[in-house]
Amino acid sequence: MEAIIKIDKLSFNYPNGHPALNEVSLGVNPGEKIALVGENGAGKSTLLLHLNGIFQGSGQVLINGLEISKNNLGQIRAWVGLVFQNPDDQLFSPTVYEDVAYGPIYQGLDKLTVREKVDQALAAVHMSAYVDRDSYHLSNGEKKRIAIATVLSMQPQILALDEPTAGLDPRARRELIELLEELPQTMLIATHDLALVEQLAPRTVLMNRGRIIADGPTDSILADQVLLETYGLS
Amino acid sequence: MKEFYTPGKSPVHEIDARVKLTFTLAFIIFLSLTPSGAWPAYILFLTLALSIALLSRVSIGLIQKRALLALPFALATLPLIFTGPPPRVDLPFFQTLGIAYSPEGLVRFVSITLKSWISLQAALLLSATTHISDLLTTFQQLRIPKLFVAIIGLMWRYLFLISDEVTRMLRARSSRSAIVPGSRGGGNVFWRAKVTGGMAGSIFLRSIERSDRVYSAMLSRGYTGVLPASESQPIAKNDRGYLILGLFLLMLLWALGLLTGG
Repeated sequence: MEAIIKIDKLSFNYPNGHPALNEVSLGVNPGEKIALVGENGAGKSTLLLHLNGIFQGSGQVLINGLEISKNNLGQIRAWVGLVFQNPDDQLFSPTVYEDVAYGPIYQGLDKLTVREKVDQALAAVHMSAYVDRDSYHLSNGEKKRIAIATVLSMQPQILALDEPTAGLDPRARRELIELLEELPQTMLIATHDLALVEQLAPRTVLMNRGRIIADGPTDSILADQVLLETYGLS
Repeated sequence: MKEFYTPGKSPVHEIDARVKLTFTLAFIIFLSLTPSGAWPAYILFLTLALSIALLSRVSIGLIQKRALLALPFALATLPLIFTGPPPRVDLPFFQTLGIAYSPEGLVRFVSITLKSWISLQAALLLSATTHISDLLTTFQQLRIPKLFVAIIGLMWRYLFLISDEVTRMLRARSSRSAIVPGSRGGGNVFWRAKVTGGMAGSIFLRSIERSDRVYSAMLSRGYTGVLPASESQPIAKNDRGYLILGLFLLMLLWALGLLTGG
């Protein structure tokens, strides 16, 4: 099976010279759900931002065999849906409908198709009733779902999620995990929520200081108490 | 967003912040008091600003570029060209149109533009060589109302946070701005303007909410509307010397302006 994401020796320094990623290599198969764990500042979010070319470091990132470059960002971003940690960053329109419709409208689809995609996306996150609500006055859990819908409406093959359960109450968190379980996309989930990892991701990648420390079955990584303690996860 | 302050060990960085602030204010006041059309004086003021920039090893190009920010405001004086004091002369090259302009007004317009550009360079130099906390202390010591100082301090503190927020929002937008090859997209101008307006509105709402939270946090730590006063030390002898020398130089330049200007 050909990898849907292939990262080869990716390195990236922040503008102030601080190294954020150091020769990261990672292959992801279609349909896999992978957890990306590691303490704050380990490089998880930076890695996610490389998947759709927001950041471009040295090394190679292939999505569906296509190397990310300035010319194909449009295609790449249609394939990779990035869900940001803070849904407020993602929801910038007055109403839920306009937010979810942003991607499809930008893609130049006609009105009817846009409506259809928005309905599908909202149905997928069980939020169809919210279509005319205004994005600003939703609860955190609702905002999170809408944020996921805003990328689902572009029908991505890959979902990259940054701390999806951060700041959610237990019920919203459980419902979100169930939702992520349902969705068929290939997923890369950066998180500190080890219970989520256990429930959702068969494979775990552990990062520290911009490097991948461990990459393997979630069971064995979460069972390694010494490893978790060394890298600030327990 | 990058902070404009450039840390360094230059002689200009070392000078007492009070001296720098006073000198900068005097620089701007004397420059604006210089009559219009005093070209030699303007050149000398500019030279003075550039020399200080050289001495402080701050990027001159960057300062000049940022100082262009004055241009849009100078546009406000553009009408002077046509409404300035008589005599009015027909526009050269367009005599058939019969539009008259005032040469005196033109001189004023150019003078104001130059003066604001040079003044802004001086202010930028101050902020590039003085740390904001030193500036705030100086404001307090110069008896600027404490409320103003607090406002400036908080504004500075949260400006960066808000600009980070804007960056993240722009990132989230470009992540969803995908055009599949072979299709036309990007939406029309009105739709894009609407989206941008929505983003601005949302930043505004979030800033207001944040300010509420920050204020409650300040109150809960005992804020009474006044930031704690800072200790002041006398200005060093050397620095006082610089200040007097600087002010004297500025007065000379101003006097030259009076002699050469219209």
